Amino acid sequence: MQPAYEKIARDPRFAELVSKRNRFALALSFIVLGVFSTFVFVAVAGHGVFAAPLAEGSPWTWGIIGGWIIQIFAFLITGVYTARANGEFDSLIKSIVAEATK
Amino acid sequence: MKRVSSFAAALSAALFSASAAFAAGDAITGVVEKQPVNVTAIIMFLAFVAGTLGLTYWAARQTRSTSDFYTAGGGITGFQNGLAIAGDYMSAAAFLGLSGMVFGKGVDGIFYTVGWTVGWPLILFMIAERLRNLGRFTFSDITSYRLDQTSIRSLSAFGALTVVIFYLIAQMVGAGKLIQLLFGLEYSYAVVLVGVLMVLYVTFGGMLATTWVQITKAVLLLGGCTILVLLSLWHFNFDPSALLSSAIANNPSHEKILLPSSSIADPLSAISLGLALMCGPAGLPHILMRFFTVPDAKAARKSVFYATGFIAYFFILAVMIGFAAITIVGTNPAFLDSAGKILGGGNMAAIHLSKAVGGNVFLGFISAVAFATILAVVSGLALAGASAVSHDLYAVVIKKGKATGAQEMRVSRIATLFLGVMAIVLGLVFENQNIAFMVGLAFGLAASVNFPVLFMSIFWKNMTSRGALIGGFLGLISAVAFVVLGPAVWVNVMHFEKPIFPYEQYALFSMTIAFTGIWFFSITDKSARAALDKAGFQEQFIRSETGLGAAAASSH
Repeated sequence: MQPAYEKIARDPRFAELVSKRNRFALALSFIVLGVFSTFVFVAVAGHGVFAAPLAEGSPWTWGIIGGWIIQIFAFLITGVYTARANGEFDSLIKSIVAEATK
Repeated sequence: MKRVSSFAAALSAALFSASAAFAAGDAITGVVEKQPVNVTAIIMFLAFVAGTLGLTYWAARQTRSTSDFYTAGGGITGFQNGLAIAGDYMSAAAFLGLSGMVFGKGVDGIFYTVGWTVGWPLILFMIAERLRNLGRFTFSDITSYRLDQTSIRSLSAFGALTVVIFYLIAQMVGAGKLIQLLFGLEYSYAVVLVGVLMVLYVTFGGMLATTWVQITKAVLLLGGCTILVLLSLWHFNFDPSALLSSAIANNPSHEKILLPSSSIADPLSAISLGLALMCGPAGLPHILMRFFTVPDAKAARKSVFYATGFIAYFFILAVMIGFAAITIVGTNPAFLDSAGKILGGGNMAAIHLSKAVGGNVFLGFISAVAFATILAVVSGLALAGASAVSHDLYAVVIKKGKATGAQEMRVSRIATLFLGVMAIVLGLVFENQNIAFMVGLAFGLAASVNFPVLFMSIFWKNMTSRGALIGGFLGLISAVAFVVLGPAVWVNVMHFEKPIFPYEQYALFSMTIAFTGIWFFSITDKSARAALDKAGFQEQFIRSETGLGAAAASSH
């Protein structure tokens, strides 16, 4: 291994980065999978809920609006990850790499 | 128990309808009636072609090095790449098939769109930035990073090529069917035209031209759909509730379109299809290649962020288009045959809607955009296939890394030409064949050969060359065997009465075989090569997490 990689491997901040990022990525993945499974489950276990109108007399149902909200949510959660990774994680990486290649 | 099984049934219904729309739409299978010649659409399409050839000319002047050719020099921004990824994903299938599904069955289409959107956050959290940090031109760069170059690169290149070829044939046949519907022209015109344009874009303009063709298509498709929805809303005085109420009143199934339809399948098929849908895209070489076109991990993340936004927006529009078509198209006798069925088949809902709300010019525009989507997808495929030949097989495996950039690019241009000729010939041969299985096979191979090897090489430090090679080949052989012995080929193509392998959805089985194979043949591998493979992991891991040593963007 080149010296820079050796230095990074020994840097405690590298271990911190990896565990922080993995925990964050896993947590968000579980949220996404949870939301998706709930959506499918509601569609079946409660047909009534899925096709129920949002408000009395409205043609909009929980199924349609819920589906759209999940899609917008998928977009927003990629934004949440990107913002933290591009900010906090990347600046940590930058200082780890700068230290190692000094 | 009942709850569990009905849950599984719904999940499978959701996923089934999804893949059915994708497969059917991608290949536009079934009988197609040729429509009258649509001159406006043809003129608009020619304008698109002229524009993209202009782009190719511009791109060709900037494409000098191999890095320019394969990855546009790594100089695509996150936003542009997001649009291009969305362009890859929003196929003619998604546009026509999905709006047609909502037109016919209602909320089934929503399931589909939700299932396909939630895969993207997972790609971002797990692999996007690692792909960028480890890869340079092809995903085989990553799978063979610390493993035996010759065997693992050959395996991945072979995996990439088979996926590309099956997918390409499906797209060619789809193009031939679409041209009859949209332009009223002959099947063979489409196949030759698409093949020739694909070769021109890729050989001259490389990744830069391919990317901008994708971006142009994405912008036209998103813009066209937005206008289509606005014009439809105008019809209802810009009241979306009135649009939906009217759809419920006018669909023959009325309130039932708000309920998921009850196509039943067993839980195994449900899980199997779910896996293929989630892991397939992460094994498609032309999608993976897009992550090497941006300068760094930051931009790779942004690409997925923007792509997810565009994809979600597009799916919401497509659903609205389907609902609007129920009233505007479904109650207008001009678009129905004597039996009250929609002219040209279910995939035509969006096309008819464009004529109803925007007249002939808008019809021409939407038809041209729908056809242009195929061009963009095949260009990406051709480039991915050509780079597997020139970068992986020629430059690394045959020339052991000693090929010059000029030689490598020449080989990739020849490979593109060869792929183009092959796509045209096979497209013509398969005109009247049932090729629905080809899309399933392409996704299945991506999920059971490319994805397991890629995923394990990134995350599992004990994977060895032997494990990857044997596991990958087992995945390949089992995927092909399950397709040939399963309902898609054994019954639908070869017309035997009963399939030998009963499941249409086989990814669960072939992926299990691939992962088990990789695991077993790695842990039992005590060779000197295995020790080398494992020793290389630490460095790869640090690069994958930090981007230290990652290929940088070349400047112009």
